[in-house]
Amino acid sequence: MIEVRKLVKRFGLKTVLRGLDFQAQPGEFVALLGPNGAGKTTFLRILSSLSRPSIGEVRIAGFQLPSQAAAVRNRLGVVSHQPLLYGDLTAEENLRFYGRMYSVENLDARIGEVLELVGLEPRRRDLVRNFSRGMQQRLAIGRAVLHDPDVMLFDEPYTGLDQDASSMLDDVLRSVAGKGRTVVMTSHDLARAEDLATRFDILSRGMIAASSSRADLGTGNLLTFYKNALAG
Amino acid sequence: MATDEINATKTRQAGATNFLRAVGAVVWKDLSAELRSRELLSAMLVFALLVILIFNFALELDLQTRRSVTSGVLWVTFAFAGTLGLNRSMAVEKDRGCLDGLLLAPVDRSAIYFGKAISNLAFMMIVEAIVLPVYSLLYNINLFQPGLLLVILLGSLGYVAVGTLLASMAVQSRTRDVLLPILLFPVVVPILIAAVKASGGYLSGAEMSEIMPWLNLLIVYDVIFTAIAFMVFDYVVEE
Repeated sequence: MIEVRKLVKRFGLKTVLRGLDFQAQPGEFVALLGPNGAGKTTFLRILSSLSRPSIGEVRIAGFQLPSQAAAVRNRLGVVSHQPLLYGDLTAEENLRFYGRMYSVENLDARIGEVLELVGLEPRRRDLVRNFSRGMQQRLAIGRAVLHDPDVMLFDEPYTGLDQDASSMLDDVLRSVAGKGRTVVMTSHDLARAEDLATRFDILSRGMIAASSSRADLGTGNLLTFYKNALAG
Repeated sequence: MATDEINATKTRQAGATNFLRAVGAVVWKDLSAELRSRELLSAMLVFALLVILIFNFALELDLQTRRSVTSGVLWVTFAFAGTLGLNRSMAVEKDRGCLDGLLLAPVDRSAIYFGKAISNLAFMMIVEAIVLPVYSLLYNINLFQPGLLLVILLGSLGYVAVGTLLASMAVQSRTRDVLLPILLFPVVVPILIAAVKASGGYLSGAEMSEIMPWLNLLIVYDVIFTAIAFMVFDYVVEE
């Protein structure tokens, strides 16, 4: 579903990604872990077609980036630490706007389904600027799944959330991921990543330093795996 | 072969429909949000009214001189108020990461440009529709002449076509508030000169042969800059 070969990204003289190789299959939930500055967000921005690779090949659902970006974007749902929502529109109006941008069919019914999924149906006519950070993040996930994408990218979705909001987001994430979708999530929260993901990739200095499936890693070993990968 | 052509035609029609739907969605979103917040329009309007009020007291002129300065005062007011609107319109997209949300949509990115440009033009026209009668009252000059209104439409169109593109560039910078006027005013000088000359021509009752070159310049400038924006917007907004 996602195939990346020898990806290099440079910003001027600074090289952020250095020949990164990455693959993710349908149904896989990959946690992309690493310290600040490792290149996680840059990698996700390239996957989401917001940034062009300097060198290398990126294919998602068989379509190449950046030449077939529109086809890729139709199959992608992206959630970042910013909600990408308009504060002066209601929850329903935000989803209606994005639904039109994605040409979603039966939009009224789909908006209802999505608001149910993220638990915001009772607040559908409330302005987003009055929502708590957790509610905004849940609506952001609703926006990202509105067009039923095959691939979901989450960039630090837990940033700024309290414990209750994080637990609620866990449930929404599980529900979103449990439909055969390919999910890639960057996070600094190892415990949460261990709870949700089926594979763990450690990104360090612009390359995948280590990778392991949940089955191979076992329970409670992620921190050691992470430290060893960064030390190596 | 015939089936291929029919499929290709259907694909093109679907693409055009999606494009227009996306343009409409951006316009609907901008107008709905602005109707609720009124942040952008109120800032533009208050600024524009203050400018013409200040000019009214600063320039104590006789009727004839007032006629000669009217076109200049009007376009200075529209240009400065328009800059406020352009800055705010793109800042709203950037502040909550919404520009990324727009860029993630599977539509030709020029649809986003046209949507934003149409919204910006609508905001500018609303401000102009309020400023013109107030100016007419303060300066005792009838500004409701079809020719003058056409010039205001063409001038605003060109200003917004360039301004929306440059605001998309400036918004990526931390110094966007000061960067936009610095980028914008040198580029729109031909529009402002042509608009001031054509407006002045209509107000002074000049012959059409004197006004037409300026109108033609406005039309050519509008077409060229709309085409340039259509071609380069994708590159302007991508990293």
